[in-house]
Amino acid sequence: MKKSQLTQNSRLSLPSMQTERLSLYYGKKAAFTDVTMPIYSGKITALIGPSGCGKTSFLSCLNRLTDLIPHTKVVGSIRLDAVEILNNRVDAIALRRRVGTIFQKPNPFPFSIWKNLAFPLKEHGIKKREQLDRLIETTLQDVGLWSEVKDRLHTSALFLSGGQKQRLCIARALVLQPEVLLLDEPCSALDPISSGVVEDLIASLRGRYTVVIVTHNLAQARRIGDYAALFWVRAEVGRLIEYGTVEQIFTAPQQDLTAAYVNGIRG
Amino acid sequence: MGEKSKNQISLPTFIVWAIALSVTAVFCWILGDILWHGVGQLSWEFLTTEPRNAGREGGIAPILISTCLILAVCLAVSLPLSVGTAVLLAEFTTTESRFGRLVRRSLDVLAGVPSIVFGLFGNAFFSIKLGLGFSILSGGLTLACMVLPILIRSAEEGFRAVPTEYRLGAAALGLSRTTTLWKLLLPAATPGLVVGLVLGIGRAIAETAALIFTSGYVDRMPESLLDSGRSLSIHIFDLSMNVAGGDANAYASALVLLILLLLVNGMATWIAQFWLARRIKS
Amino acid sequence: MTLFNNKNLSPSQSDLVLLWILRGFALLTGIIVVLITAFLLLEALPVLQQVGWLRFVSDPSWHPVQGFYNLMPMLWGSLLVTLGAVILAAPLGIGSAIFCQYYAPPFFSGFYRQLINLLAGIPSVVYGFWGLVVLVPLIGKLQPPGTSLLAGIAILTLMILPTIALTAEASFSEVPTEYFQGAAALGISRWATIRSVVLPATKSGLFTGLILGTGRAIGETMAVLMVCGNVVQTPTSIFDPIRTLTANIALEMAYATGNHRSALFVSGLLLMVAIAILVAVAEGMSRRNIYG
Ligand SMILES: Nc1ncnc2c1ncn2[C@@H]1O[C@H](COP(=O)(O)OP(=O)(O)OP(=O)(O)O)[C@@H](O)[C@H]1O
Ligand SMILES: [Mg+2]
Repeated sequence: MKKSQLTQNSRLSLPSMQTERLSLYYGKKAAFTDVTMPIYSGKITALIGPSGCGKTSFLSCLNRLTDLIPHTKVVGSIRLDAVEILNNRVDAIALRRRVGTIFQKPNPFPFSIWKNLAFPLKEHGIKKREQLDRLIETTLQDVGLWSEVKDRLHTSALFLSGGQKQRLCIARALVLQPEVLLLDEPCSALDPISSGVVEDLIASLRGRYTVVIVTHNLAQARRIGDYAALFWVRAEVGRLIEYGTVEQIFTAPQQDLTAAYVNGIRG
Repeated sequence: MGEKSKNQISLPTFIVWAIALSVTAVFCWILGDILWHGVGQLSWEFLTTEPRNAGREGGIAPILISTCLILAVCLAVSLPLSVGTAVLLAEFTTTESRFGRLVRRSLDVLAGVPSIVFGLFGNAFFSIKLGLGFSILSGGLTLACMVLPILIRSAEEGFRAVPTEYRLGAAALGLSRTTTLWKLLLPAATPGLVVGLVLGIGRAIAETAALIFTSGYVDRMPESLLDSGRSLSIHIFDLSMNVAGGDANAYASALVLLILLLLVNGMATWIAQFWLARRIKS
Repeated sequence: MTLFNNKNLSPSQSDLVLLWILRGFALLTGIIVVLITAFLLLEALPVLQQVGWLRFVSDPSWHPVQGFYNLMPMLWGSLLVTLGAVILAAPLGIGSAIFCQYYAPPFFSGFYRQLINLLAGIPSVVYGFWGLVVLVPLIGKLQPPGTSLLAGIAILTLMILPTIALTAEASFSEVPTEYFQGAAALGISRWATIRSVVLPATKSGLFTGLILGTGRAIGETMAVLMVCGNVVQTPTSIFDPIRTLTANIALEMAYATGNHRSALFVSGLLLMVAIAILVAVAEGMSRRNIYG
């Protein structure tokens, strides 16, 4: 019931994204090149592939976190609905509010639990205490953290367990009501139990957000993904090898490499 | 053989212990001497009355006031300047950028410039060129130039010590860099800023040579920032060098100076801890 | 109900404003360095043009009012007092750091480190005062007048010892403790390990400390002014009173005018050059360290 309150806001129009011949260079070295790939609205897209093939780099292009890394160059096109986000006239800050990110390592701010959520809300213009409290409560319930922390909302978030921290970070992203969520190996720093909890949480986001998730756990990709994309390093440059529905990638891959990878022969 | 070496103190051990003990002894000698001779002179009256008879008698009230004013001018100018520069260096320039390198190189040179040279510069620029004369303002501004490298260095380290995850996390939430700076980085970097502040204040209070030709010698109560004012360190220098029979009050002034420095240090530690505790609470 | 209806993606200006303000601050910092150099040059220029460099070393004496500008005695004074202090402070400072890091029992090493920090924080005028009322009379008993090169060296040694000790300790703490365990397992003594592993590995760090100490000693004014006697002469023994470049400036600025004042700025310039050379040497040292 509470859940619906947060998600009500006419999610009929979730955006989709589309990259067109996207390449990223760190200085002169290419991280990945020529990635053309759709990201469908309301669906979960799983990115898989061996370490170093450019998955994290790809994600950081989607919300232009690459702007913060010196000497990076992004070439190609990324559209959010109809808007070209690589255009310099697009405000990266407004973009990042619409496209939330969760990192591999949970990174709560050195504030209390409550302030971790209130801080971004306040900065985006929500100042009224009741509204803040209401939003924070619904969001914490949404990520299943409310019952665990409701008695210590005003203690430091740095003392939470790893899994709790990661759910807090997801809550921190969700509380801003983004439309797209980027998750970079959100479970890899967690123990199996917490990992399961977070995975269930992500699965429950389907249909409410457009989700892109990087994971090394193929079983997880298969369980929660709608679409999957396999990246691979060729000649020291990351490439998109195959893209398709999860069904197709895992049961009827077109490429030998994909077949080998999903069957655990390599990587 | 093993047995023997156990009971024998080797020569290096002996030398190293001898060095440590003699340094400790000299340190105690200096402090003990100043404490011994100074503490008898020290009284509430000493702190609150004007000096008489060229400082041989009376107290140091106007000198304390001048010292505080010089320090206030120095910090009012150097603090914003240094935090701003440090933010630029730590948050907006890479270590290889030309502008950053230039500023850093300048600071290295500035850090090594002897204080008497700052005095020469302050005299030529603030006192004469800008027409501020021998005044608290000239002195404070000269000191501001002098403490700048210390403040910037430690503030920059403070900012660099803040984990990158915070910046990424804030950016991913669509917070502007201005907001991130004010609300997240600045509080997190506060311990570094406080360390720099303490070092800077310490250096400024202790400074003498840069002040002789900028803030001057006058030991009357200053009425404005354009009046000349004698700092505590200059007072000690003057009493011991130029005033026969001024040693007793020089001792007491030296003791006051040392106590001030200790207070600043203690306060800084306390503030840093208090801040850390508060940041986590709310 | 939509919380954020700001769906249009247009750039925000606040970050740019911030960036330009910060650049302004940094520029101001840079300008101060330029200003200092410019003013030293500007004030030194008249005497350099009218009198020239050569006469600062070839004139018969330092009587600037009469037009004699020989700075050599002061240069010797500065050089000797600095050299003496560095030679004494180097073993004491490095020895202190070795003590702290490798020999002291834990409680004492913390105490000793604190003590060195306090020593670093004592104002130079207090060192000078103590030297004047305690040390100078003692030396005077040995050989009058007491105010002397020796007194200057002694006080400066105390003042730069903490600088050397603190940098040395910082370098030592970067040497992995595994070396010691490894060496101990091979039956090598502590001192042998320090001598053959630690000291070579931290050579450049120790050297940087010495350079910093040297810089501090050359630039020190108040302490040497108070204990060295300030007689313009080239010393022939360590009991002779001397005058350093810095003390010379402090003593004569008050009444100097014209070429005399200008000559004092020349000595300021000399100090700056000395410091710049030291900084460059230190930087060259640390760069070499990166490559090998
Ligand atoms: N800031 C950077 N500067 C330079 N090169 C980088 C940077 N970040 C990543 N790279 C390089 O880009 C390539 C792709 O890295 P990326 O982190 O995107 O891989 P990944 O697929 O996320 O790997 P993993 O699964 O291990 O997280 C790697 O070769 C990496 O070394
Ligand atoms: Mg990655």
